Amino acid sequence: MEWILALIDSIVAFFLTVFKFTPKFIPGVIATMELTFFSILLGTVIGFIVAMLKLTNKKVIIKITDFYITIVRGTPLLLQLSFIFYGLPSLGIEIDRFPSAVIGLAFHNGAYISEIFRGAIESIDYGQKEAARSLGMTKWQSMKRVILPQAFKRSIPALGNQFIIAVKDSSLASVITITEIMLLTRQYGAATFEIFPIYFIAGSYYLAITMVLSKLLRKLELKLKVNER
Amino acid sequence: MSIIEIKNLHKYFNDLEVLKGIDLKVDDGEVICIIGGSGSGKSTLLRCINFLEKKTEGEIWIDGEKVHEKESDINHIRQKVGMVFQRFNLFPHMTVIQNVMEGPVTIKKMPKSEARAIAMELIQKVGLEDKADEYPAMLSGGQQQRVAIARSLAMEPKVILFDEPTSALDPELVREVLIVMKDLAKEGRTMIVVTHEMGFAKEVADRVIYINEGRIAEEGPPEKFFDNPEDERLKSFLGQILV
Ligand SMILES: Nc1ncnc2c1ncn2[C@@H]1O[C@H](COP(=O)(O)OP(=O)(O)OP(=O)(O)O)[C@@H](O)[C@H]1O
Ligand SMILES: [Mg+2]
Repeated sequence: MEWILALIDSIVAFFLTVFKFTPKFIPGVIATMELTFFSILLGTVIGFIVAMLKLTNKKVIIKITDFYITIVRGTPLLLQLSFIFYGLPSLGIEIDRFPSAVIGLAFHNGAYISEIFRGAIESIDYGQKEAARSLGMTKWQSMKRVILPQAFKRSIPALGNQFIIAVKDSSLASVITITEIMLLTRQYGAATFEIFPIYFIAGSYYLAITMVLSKLLRKLELKLKVNER
Repeated sequence: MSIIEIKNLHKYFNDLEVLKGIDLKVDDGEVICIIGGSGSGKSTLLRCINFLEKKTEGEIWIDGEKVHEKESDINHIRQKVGMVFQRFNLFPHMTVIQNVMEGPVTIKKMPKSEARAIAMELIQKVGLEDKADEYPAMLSGGQQQRVAIARSLAMEPKVILFDEPTSALDPELVREVLIVMKDLAKEGRTMIVVTHEMGFAKEVADRVIYINEGRIAEEGPPEKFFDNPEDERLKSFLGQILV
């Protein structure tokens, strides 16, 4: 009987902590969502520009974009974020905490997103470009009117994947002491020693965000699919 | 007046010489059919006329202008030279009518309402008025090719190049496309058609050209070309095809 009581006790304690701390995470959840939103937005812009630059087929430009992608892929995000916030000031470049995190995450996402876009653009049948050009379109017109709309649609699943990674990666911004979900998790955990319920809450919030995001992307995908058999 | 004049056209892919000095004049209103074996350079010739391939040597005159291969020049010239592809290459993210309007709206900056009216007329002409708002994926191959023809007509080209427009089609769909092409020929459109449809060539062509290994081996009016060919390779080629 003893152990049953003990179990009930700990279950009650668990829920009490969960109820007490769930609202306390709200500021962190907002920060996580802001971080994610801006880093995805800026990352997509960077990714698009880099993909376009790469398609110019100019040697120097490709060298530069490849260098960027190599750096981002080949070094840990944790290091990239720390470098921007703690390292750049020694070069005389000081950026506030939040913009530092957004820039770091966007820079990181941008590299992967550029590869997604490039892959999608290159996967579009060459005949599409030829048909557009043979009507008399300029390179940019054929890109804008014919290739990009199709490539964008095709890139959504991979883009969605990257967006979800971006949500989770935003937790690394805690290293530069941004008060997002992960930082709060550590703080509350250290203060209460109630590791299990606190981490449970954090995990649930991340899951909720990524699941809603997946749903939205899935909807967008289906909406854009109407013209396929 | 000639719409197209090609002088001593050579085309290499790396070391492979695919076109070995083609001379060709196409007059206004002429229908030219090009036949020849696989790999003889028929597609390459059409693609050079439309600058989808860059010629290695020679001159190409279109509508009285010598074409220099500058971007701006080419974009301008291409509006005068329509192209219909074997695999249709419709824009899958646009409906039928949007496909046909696309050229006039994007390239010629025509107001949408005007472009829509023109597009609708062309879609009627190729017999697809009830499909105007469908996406290409919902159409049969023959229907898609008719849309592709309408799309190229919308730019009011001086000449239309067809590269085996019916060879990706199931046999029962070939006729509907050929009928549209015959109508165009009757209207006096200038056309260059690469085809294996000998019946079409006999009936519609003003001139048939046989290309062999990158050279024009024989050309002439269809009666003479088919009934009384001189070139030995053409004789055996026709023998293979007509059995
Ligand atoms: N982009 C390219 N790069 C290299 N070789 C090419 C290229 N395009 C065509 N060729 C070669 O040029 C030759 C002529 O090709 P082309 O497509 O013009 O022939 P074709 O007469 O149209 O043949 P088919 O009846 O099979 O369509 C072929 O040997 C082909 O392999
Ligand atoms: Mg061919």
